[in-house]
Amino acid sequence: MAAITERGADVNTLENSMSLKKTLSAASPLALRVVAECSVTKARACDLILPHCAVSTPVFMPVGTQGTLKGITVDQLEGLGCQICLGNTYHLGMRPGPDLIEKANGLHGFMNWKRNLLTDSGGFQMVSLVELSEVTEEGVKFKSPYDGEEILLSPEKSISIQNSLGSDIMMQLDDVVSSTVTGPRVEEAMHRSIRWLDRCIAANKNPDKQNLFAIIQGGLNAELRKVCLEEMTQRDVPGFAIGGLSGGEEKDDFWRMVTLSTDHLPREKPRYLMGVGYAVDLVVCVALGCDMFDCVFPTRTARFGSALVPWGSLQVKQKQYAKDFQPIDPECQCPTCRQHSRAYLHALFKSDTAAMHHITIHNIAYQLTLMCSVRQSIVDGCFPEFIRTFMKRMFPSRDQYPGWAVDALASVNVPLE
Amino acid sequence: MKLELSRVVQGRGRLGVLKELGKTGQHSLEVPGCLLHTHLGAVPHLTRDTLHTLSNLPSVTQVTLSNIAEHQEVLEEFKDGFRRFAGLHNTVLYCSLHDPATPCPTGYNTTKTVSVWGSGGRIELTVAKFMALQKTVQPDWYQSMADGETWQSGTSRKRVRKSVDRTLAHLDECLLVHQNSQELEGVEVFGVVEGGDILEERVRSGRETAKRPVAGFCLDGLQTGSMDQALRTQLITAVTKELPEDKPRLLQGVGRPDEVLACVEAGVDLFESFFPFQATERGCALCFGFDVSSDPELAGRAPPAVVELAEEKTASGETRQNGDSNPADQSRMTSFEIDLKDKRHRDDFRPLVEGCGCYCCVNHQRAYLHHLLVTNELLAGVLLMIHNTAHYHAFFRALREALANDKLDVLKRRVLGEGGGQTERNE
Repeated sequence: MAAITERGADVNTLENSMSLKKTLSAASPLALRVVAECSVTKARACDLILPHCAVSTPVFMPVGTQGTLKGITVDQLEGLGCQICLGNTYHLGMRPGPDLIEKANGLHGFMNWKRNLLTDSGGFQMVSLVELSEVTEEGVKFKSPYDGEEILLSPEKSISIQNSLGSDIMMQLDDVVSSTVTGPRVEEAMHRSIRWLDRCIAANKNPDKQNLFAIIQGGLNAELRKVCLEEMTQRDVPGFAIGGLSGGEEKDDFWRMVTLSTDHLPREKPRYLMGVGYAVDLVVCVALGCDMFDCVFPTRTARFGSALVPWGSLQVKQKQYAKDFQPIDPECQCPTCRQHSRAYLHALFKSDTAAMHHITIHNIAYQLTLMCSVRQSIVDGCFPEFIRTFMKRMFPSRDQYPGWAVDALASVNVPLE
Repeated sequence: MKLELSRVVQGRGRLGVLKELGKTGQHSLEVPGCLLHTHLGAVPHLTRDTLHTLSNLPSVTQVTLSNIAEHQEVLEEFKDGFRRFAGLHNTVLYCSLHDPATPCPTGYNTTKTVSVWGSGGRIELTVAKFMALQKTVQPDWYQSMADGETWQSGTSRKRVRKSVDRTLAHLDECLLVHQNSQELEGVEVFGVVEGGDILEERVRSGRETAKRPVAGFCLDGLQTGSMDQALRTQLITAVTKELPEDKPRLLQGVGRPDEVLACVEAGVDLFESFFPFQATERGCALCFGFDVSSDPELAGRAPPAVVELAEEKTASGETRQNGDSNPADQSRMTSFEIDLKDKRHRDDFRPLVEGCGCYCCVNHQRAYLHHLLVTNELLAGVLLMIHNTAHYHAFFRALREALANDKLDVLKRRVLGEGGGQTERNE
């Protein structure tokens, strides 16, 4: 199979990560080595050593919700250089259920993915998918969409499912509140998330194999965020996620919470910004100090024929591409761009699902390549230049740069001309 | 193209190689064999990476005008032919009229036109338009335009006669244009034999088509569901008597293993490989056995590609067996496959077929496929297509081997199932 060479694993790093791996099993199932730090922004390039393999950060993690990455085989995913992807506790907990997956040797065994897996807790789906029955101190009570049965997702239950899934990184169950909500509910949710973190830590049966990440909450309220950061960083967890953002909030508020969070998170632990995946957001949030990202957007939008490119996106199904015989991106090295034209893909969308798969492969390649280039520029000490070049490519003119991005980048010493 | 037969046994089929295929004449295809069925050049659900997990694929790729016709303008602007347009390399390109996997509405053919159905609806083809398409597609070989709307039961004798007459007229017109087209130099044409279920019309069509300078023959109007196999065998046997021995016969619209075996015996050389795709769309995996080991010890044992009991009961309790009474109802499961949506596979950690070396069977288990189907995941189609394609083409290899070693009867017993207990019952 045509494989893109492994990203971000230069010889030096590989050697060091090999020796780290040896110490890994003895101590904790996660080790973070900061390989380079940008002297201008808060960006870092790290090697994140996890049980299944090393992960080069900054990293974008594709989302394989139900134990599969929408039409892509694990071989193809590996061939694209993916080192870690996501599975969803809520979906998999419903179907096929933790018992079956455990029988199948965990989610790795079930889907035959040999690299790393991160599972979320199911908390977000509570807000986004399900008719909430009730959130209490106990957990989240909801009705199963498949048989109407009432189910309680407690911190213990979430961790139990994730233990059965056997993911390398598990997320705590947090009390998720939409970022557009204000008032006392936000504070209540923040405090509860701390208490649920403690319950999750206590419930983890496999602390030597599975890493439990905390999720910083507090909505768009700086004071609440700070309290949460203060409290959660006192817990001995291997990593932190910045949650409760990437909902429908204003980007101006969004980036401020991100940078506030990274200011108060320890340097030697990975920072995972949940639900962020748009190229501009990724580049900016790397500059603000985040290491890990996930988002359904690239793979979801692919199925609608939307191909991600350095200058935005290309809607392959649109008439204008019917006779366009170039590849999606002439400079892209992914299998799709090396073999097929926009015109062919445009036509194929009318005949076969393979068209979606071609775009999905391209979009994953785009995201992973972007992160790889970001990392390389941090290592080479030219991340600020990278940012400028990136923005110039993405937007036709300076006055089209999103205001929030300009502000955010200025806050880390990268003024945009 | 040149058909080199190594064995011909009346009533038992022909074995050989179709050589000098393609404009450079470097490709060949063993017969009996099948073409590689595609949608616009793509094996359904598969990209090149997933396709290439399969080895020994047929050297001939089939595309259909029903997929291509609506892109005529694009191809004309592209100028370099369909093969380049689709990124196909090193394959012989065969262009048929219809997609055998998807029967289309009937009643639209006229004396001068034939209709195909694209994604946007019906496209009417005159010979002129048909030939313009061939010139822009630039296949290595194509079937002539044909009127084959005789497969529905109750087609009148008059209508059948018309289909024969029109098809011959279309063929003559096509050949005229073909002979005067520089773009089609070196491209082969197959004549199409029609005749519905009427013996005399079939013979007439065969005889007349054989008079034309064609490279081979398509047998149309005999697709699965149009008639029972006994009649199909009778008609094919009668037709092939009228056809020259040294030209290949391609049977359209028939893909089920039992029908393939019977039709090979009746003298068919080539088939379209759409059956794996249909099984995939049903969420089913082909699992019928075809191992005909020459080791006498093994011959008595159940083959590695185990024949599962696939007598799935319908809701009404009837056993679903071989009968599809209506070609439009292609969704009905056959006895050659297992339904992976069935609950029994939920915690079955075996591969689809033990001993199958395809990517799906090497890497995944029934339980996972079941999960993918239950959750409506796209990967189900990808993995099933890989397995079903591998299984089907391996069947054809076994068929050729059986013919070479005089083991056709053994193979038939394996595939069609013996009376008693060789099948693995509800596991």
